[in-house]
Amino acid sequence: MITAAFTYHRPKSVQEAVALLTELGENGRALAGGHSLIPMMKLRLASPGNLVDLAGIGELKGVRADRNDIVIGAMTTQYELIASNHLADKIPLLRETSLQIADPQVRYLGTLGGNVANGDPGNDMPAVMMCLGASYDVTGKSGQRRIAAREFYQGVYLTALEADEVLTAVRIPMPAAGHGWAYEKLKRKVGDYATAAAAVVLTMKGGKIESCSIGLTNVADTPLWAQEAAKILTGSALDAPTIKKAVAAAEAITSPASDAHGPAQYRTKMAGVMLARALDRAKSRARG
Amino acid sequence: MAKSQIELKVNGKVVEALVEPRTLLIHFLREELNLTGSHIGCETSHCGACTVDLDDKSVKSCTMFAVQANGADIRTIEGIANADGTLHAIQEGFREMHGLQCGFCTPGMITRAYRLLQENKNPSEEEIRFGISGNLCRCTGYQNIVKAIQFAAAKLNGSPFQEAAE
Repeated sequence: MITAAFTYHRPKSVQEAVALLTELGENGRALAGGHSLIPMMKLRLASPGNLVDLAGIGELKGVRADRNDIVIGAMTTQYELIASNHLADKIPLLRETSLQIADPQVRYLGTLGGNVANGDPGNDMPAVMMCLGASYDVTGKSGQRRIAAREFYQGVYLTALEADEVLTAVRIPMPAAGHGWAYEKLKRKVGDYATAAAAVVLTMKGGKIESCSIGLTNVADTPLWAQEAAKILTGSALDAPTIKKAVAAAEAITSPASDAHGPAQYRTKMAGVMLARALDRAKSRARG
Repeated sequence: MAKSQIELKVNGKVVEALVEPRTLLIHFLREELNLTGSHIGCETSHCGACTVDLDDKSVKSCTMFAVQANGADIRTIEGIANADGTLHAIQEGFREMHGLQCGFCTPGMITRAYRLLQENKNPSEEEIRFGISGNLCRCTGYQNIVKAIQFAAAKLNGSPFQEAAE
């Protein structure tokens, strides 16, 4: 399959990339790892006249600490997220999620920035970033701004990112020491998008949930932050009736499509099952 | 569309070429360089038949443009055999353990297994299965492919190969 013709650009800095994207407007697309965009181009679901390849921009790589945040460069690959023992120690949810994205070959090239900026509800990292309270550093023609993941997603392939903007880094507040975590994903086969998936981060104190955050993948036009479900769980000992109530609250905010992954009602139920499993596993990993 | 000049290393040789930006790496390898060992299977980034080793990463060459590989160091199945022409341990494993039937997925499997064994000298069966989960085989049921990789790991480590009981 051959994509439509395009002109290839390879800027060396974020500034240069923004200048190109500003000039090209709707006719330009940023290219990260390419493992969402290139398949779409081959199917002619996307045919940008210009690709602005971000691979030559060194400042988009690497992981650093900034006060209480861990800042991950947008071009950091899933493979690199998995390989980093530092990240696995501080935010183990990232390795757990990355290992469930696509397959090894895709993870060598697929990037965190591409995954969160793409706006496909099937991407796994957006719900995880909502769960973690992350924000995205973006640079555009009018300068830099920071957008909360929880406010970033507007619809299918529709995000708060403007055409001239480049998402440069993902900024994650350091989760509390001793927190519990889990990403539970139901998929039909390796490489598939989730039928439904749930991300959980929680802290325990004296056998009770002290804080809790929940993200849901691929059960609506956008990733979901299940605030009400988390509120129901906070203060509880994760007893069965409370979990049931929280699962019902999470299911209530889903609105999945009926598609090859199954009928909508089934996917909603699976979101609930994934949440219950994720809560169980997160609790077993929490200290305190 | 303006063509782009690229220079890369393929199986140890420096290659220079002018490519249209939309030329996929797999087409460049097969049609420009006549390296037809890497196969085009699904063309949708699922099957792994087009897998090549690029800068120490296993890459599906149907999901990368040749221009993106500018400056890269690539190894295809044609570059896997030992310098003296004898089979690489992984190739030998596939032959000894019957790791192929129709052979279509084999170049991708071997190239992927090559990187897997570079990263993990002594993988468990589970690690092998997880490591090749981006490569589809419709003939073997994978059992003998896993054995072939275990054979290769043992040979490369200089340890005896113990075939698991079925």
